[in-house]
Amino acid sequence: MREVTRRDFFKLSGAVAGGLLLPAERGLIERIPQFPLHKRIGETITICTYCGVGCGQIVSATDGKLVNIEGDPDHPISRGHLCPKGVSSHQLATVGETPNPHRLQAVKYRAPGSASWEEKSWDWAINEIAGRIKATRDANWIPEDAEGHVVNRTEAIAALGTVFANSEEAYLLTKLVRSLGVVFNENESRICVTSAVTAGSESVGRGPMTNHWIDLSNSDCIMSIGCNVAETFPIAFSWVEEAKERGGKLISVDPRFTRTAAAADIYVPLRTGSDVALIGGMINYILENELYHEEYVREYTDASFLINEGFGFEDGLFTGWDADKGSYDKSTWQYQTDEDGIPKRDETLQDENCVFQLLKKHFSRYDPDTVCAITGTPKEAFLEACQAFAATGAQDKAGAIICSSGAAQHAAGTQMVRSYYILQLILGNIGVAGGGINGIAGASNGLGCTLQGRLFHVLPGDVPMPAAADESLEAYLNRVTPAPATMENVISPWTSRPKHAISVLKAWYGDAATARNGFGWEYLPKLGGNYSFVPLFEAMKDGTIKGLLAWGMNPAVSGPNSGALRAALQELDWLVVADLGETETAAVWKCPGVDSTENQTEVFLLPAAASLEKEGSLMSSARWMQWRYPAVDPPGEARSDLWIINRLVLKLKELYAQEGGPHAEAITNLTCAYGDPPDVHLVAKEMNGYDLTTGALLAGPGALKDDGTTSCGNWLWCGSYTEQGNMMARRDPVDPSGIGLFSNWAWCFPVNRRIMYNRASVDLEGNPWNPEKAVITWNAAAESWAGDVPDGGPAPGAAYPFVMKPHGRALLFGMGRVDGPFPEHYEPWESPVSNPMSSIQSDPVLKAWEQQSGTRDQYPVLATTYRLVEHMHTGTMTRNSPWLVEAQPQMCVELSGELAAERGIANGDRVTIESARGAIEAVAVVTKRLRPFEVDGQVVHQIALPWHWGYVGLSTGDSGNLLTARVADSNTMIPAYREFLVDIRKVV
Amino acid sequence: MAKAMLIDESRCIGCRACQVACKQWNDNPAEETENWGSYENPPELSGITWTRIKFNEKVEDGRIKWLFLNQGCMHCTDASCEAVCPTGAVRHHGQFVLVDEDWCIGCGYCVAACPFDAIHSVFKVTGGGEQKATAQKCTFCVDRVSNDLPPACVKTCPSNALVWGDRDEMVVQGKERVAALQANGHPKATFYGEHELGGLHRLYVLADEPSAYGLPESPRHATANVASQWLSGIVTAGAIAAVPFWLLFKRYRAAEEEGRISGGGG
Repeated sequence: MREVTRRDFFKLSGAVAGGLLLPAERGLIERIPQFPLHKRIGETITICTYCGVGCGQIVSATDGKLVNIEGDPDHPISRGHLCPKGVSSHQLATVGETPNPHRLQAVKYRAPGSASWEEKSWDWAINEIAGRIKATRDANWIPEDAEGHVVNRTEAIAALGTVFANSEEAYLLTKLVRSLGVVFNENESRICVTSAVTAGSESVGRGPMTNHWIDLSNSDCIMSIGCNVAETFPIAFSWVEEAKERGGKLISVDPRFTRTAAAADIYVPLRTGSDVALIGGMINYILENELYHEEYVREYTDASFLINEGFGFEDGLFTGWDADKGSYDKSTWQYQTDEDGIPKRDETLQDENCVFQLLKKHFSRYDPDTVCAITGTPKEAFLEACQAFAATGAQDKAGAIICSSGAAQHAAGTQMVRSYYILQLILGNIGVAGGGINGIAGASNGLGCTLQGRLFHVLPGDVPMPAAADESLEAYLNRVTPAPATMENVISPWTSRPKHAISVLKAWYGDAATARNGFGWEYLPKLGGNYSFVPLFEAMKDGTIKGLLAWGMNPAVSGPNSGALRAALQELDWLVVADLGETETAAVWKCPGVDSTENQTEVFLLPAAASLEKEGSLMSSARWMQWRYPAVDPPGEARSDLWIINRLVLKLKELYAQEGGPHAEAITNLTCAYGDPPDVHLVAKEMNGYDLTTGALLAGPGALKDDGTTSCGNWLWCGSYTEQGNMMARRDPVDPSGIGLFSNWAWCFPVNRRIMYNRASVDLEGNPWNPEKAVITWNAAAESWAGDVPDGGPAPGAAYPFVMKPHGRALLFGMGRVDGPFPEHYEPWESPVSNPMSSIQSDPVLKAWEQQSGTRDQYPVLATTYRLVEHMHTGTMTRNSPWLVEAQPQMCVELSGELAAERGIANGDRVTIESARGAIEAVAVVTKRLRPFEVDGQVVHQIALPWHWGYVGLSTGDSGNLLTARVADSNTMIPAYREFLVDIRKVV
Repeated sequence: MAKAMLIDESRCIGCRACQVACKQWNDNPAEETENWGSYENPPELSGITWTRIKFNEKVEDGRIKWLFLNQGCMHCTDASCEAVCPTGAVRHHGQFVLVDEDWCIGCGYCVAACPFDAIHSVFKVTGGGEQKATAQKCTFCVDRVSNDLPPACVKTCPSNALVWGDRDEMVVQGKERVAALQANGHPKATFYGEHELGGLHRLYVLADEPSAYGLPESPRHATANVASQWLSGIVTAGAIAAVPFWLLFKRYRAAEEEGRISGGGG
């Protein structure tokens, strides 16, 4: 029995007084007794802060204290349901009767060498932080680079985060740090999904989910690969189950038999890191058996385009490999063009140099036996999956792929996801209802924050950052704007880049952005290298970076080889962390093995408001922008990120106005008139943009101008907050489409198009491939499209569907990639086997920062990291929620009974797992759900580690990322978290 | 019309939203747990954990199955807990088996008698600072359902594995689902709860036999054998002996706490 103190709400005394010792009311067993609700069910609407599904929550508070939170029954995605994290959100604010004790309620400061925090006031903190920023920036200002280019940047301050803040907050953070000249500017997206996004951009033009959650129910076959969707996105999985109810099939491809696999019709085990082989085998199966969607392939992809005759592939390398440079010369990876520069085509798809024939040839090597020897998949399961998924190549069938960071976080992550796109394109599955590549961003606003320019190389709206070599605004715009399309019937929104870029500058610099100063372009820092996540920590280690702003990001747990990253953090002069509670990053001076008196970093820990405590928008992984409202006040002195950043901007503007400094106008001229406290609606409106001649909010990106007469903080948000009102706050639960588009619920990018590339859902005459689930239909009489917002308005046949690609067609042949136009199987950087496909062991251009890899002799076991449904990322929210900690209390490791027997490990034992980077302890979960793989005649054991734990909070434990390596996909610099070698032994 | 919860374990993904939603609505605190080599936690139902998911792994014909079982009070028609309760604190209110905290003396007989291990004692600290043991368990969120709202676990269930409705209808739906499962590769699919202990109000669609989920194949009433009859005798004697004292104690406490405690919403 346990001692309990809880509200004595639920006494039944009144109801049964007088009933003592009377017989039970058997005769009345049909009757429901009447009791009043013991607490209110709330009406404040918010959107869940955890994953990217974007579920609706309704919250009630009594006397300012949160008393209940449950699913919003009107919400079309979540339909009143919430997963365990969602329903535990209650404890983000309150545990029992009081605020969660792990929430920060005041600013905390840790002086150099100190072993404890001190409480401080906001005024003190804002003054001190602004002072540190100014001193560091001014002392480390780089007006020109070594070549004499004007660069106006500082490399001494870095900014990290965020993916959980509201979009308006992320936007303001970008505005702040770019005005300061910061170039080391990154968020979690870099290390989570960038490769999937890049694969999407390369293949079809954009990276986010092509379709959306509800649309999964339209699918005839769903393949979940590189994503354990039932575990990580349970509400999304409800739509998968709905597809199953309607007769659809679910294929789960995963090294582990997961919650998703448990619900799947077909489970396909594969060794981690072998996706290209598996999907390559499926592509081969479809091409060999002619199961592809021929008209779609011919008309909507580059299949008919002729490639340079010199192009080829041999023993793991494409033509153009330069071993000395360690890179490819891509001159043979090009189209054959006519005199007007237009690619030559063979519409019969027979020419041996056409993309289709090259594709066929490349993947013909991936026959089922070869594939299964690489992946360790039972051949029967492989063929069953091929058959089920290939059936969606029929014109009226649709197959969807769900993938996430399990696909993205590999050294060949971009090529893995590229292989998924190729598979979907040959089956004609992109643009149709129930199809697509649903590359899921894990965090609730991963997409919405990242698109505010939270990566080093971009401004809001994915507008490229200026580079040192750009001599002028014109030169910059010429570099970043593609030439107008040379082919007929091609729309290319990228040609509007000058409008997007200049409108951002007008939003940021207002009247100070004039034609004379390049609309404020001169205020922006100019890039001079790769400032991505791992290089950022290298620069921290070598002392280049002296101050770090970590906004809701906890790299001490989330970064690869976090031991090395923690060592880099120790080198900082100052560190600002804004978060709900103490994080491992903020407490790096408490890190095991560190003597806090030796650590000279000043740390400012700022108490941030939780999602339930503030207003603003967030974008689900399916691109829906939804508005949330505050249900309760933040505890104590905690404040929203918007409030904190706004205060910092205002203070810095004041400091630079008073004291001056290098390039001070970039800060003093920055617009920041949101009030104090800031009005989030003003920020949202700025992001949408204004017609500066009339002052009216813009209706959509078509209204943007490049002459300085429009402002728009983010062109992808243009149309989200118009003269019609806040489109993101719309809640019309009616779905006239009949296929679940819910076009009047919230708003989505691009331009409220719910299924991207939807022109590919119809044939050249405009007839839907599947009239039963038409996404768009052409109304000839009205000469307009009905249904979803089409990818460009022209009549059928007058525009190609992949509007973001230069020729309007999706790319099977991805010439933009650094490691090959077609995906090829290479072994992970650390692998237990030699590459069965070629003599090239691992991706020839992969980037490794580690000095040496672990050897197979020392570390014979293959490992991957993974996520649990009860925990979110680095655990700052969930490891401080008692209900979630109760369900998943400790760091664990999953291993097979076979491996456990070999190592004398019993279920529940404490074990040590060691890699070439470090060693951790965990509880052994010995399970039948993991099985050894037979790879190329050799037994390969694989184990799996959740990565949520760290050394502060309610539940502490070793971090899985102490074992992972700083090895990355060269296309995007995403670390290969999911493939490394370890050894495992019982703790004695 | 009697209501029931239909639990379709073939749809359950074991996410445990039900487990957390139950604690959230009923204001139950978390337990301190340890990973014992399983995702399953807390390790058993308790006075502050009224529903939980039991995880079962099974290999059949070389294929692995991961089976999830939602556990909680079955609200049996022939409820052992009710039969053994010496004070009448545990009793049916309509189909709901509920515990009246004021009358519960914390004797623990119901805890021992439950064939599903679904009722447990906790110490509660009353407003007067006094510690008192009472039996606690799932109430089917009786305040929610009497206001036409589904129980918290049903409301939250992401995969619609939990459904709340008229018992007759739930039985029909459940049997249809079992037939469909049997016809689609789950020959051992079972409908559980229709007749057990006079009929349960937690009804299960199982994709396998009950034992694969850790459910008793034929749960027995606590007084169904001699030992239990003895127990029953003791219980009755205990009840007769205890009640006068208990009533006195209650009156004393009521006087002591008068004006200090509100009965809350219940």
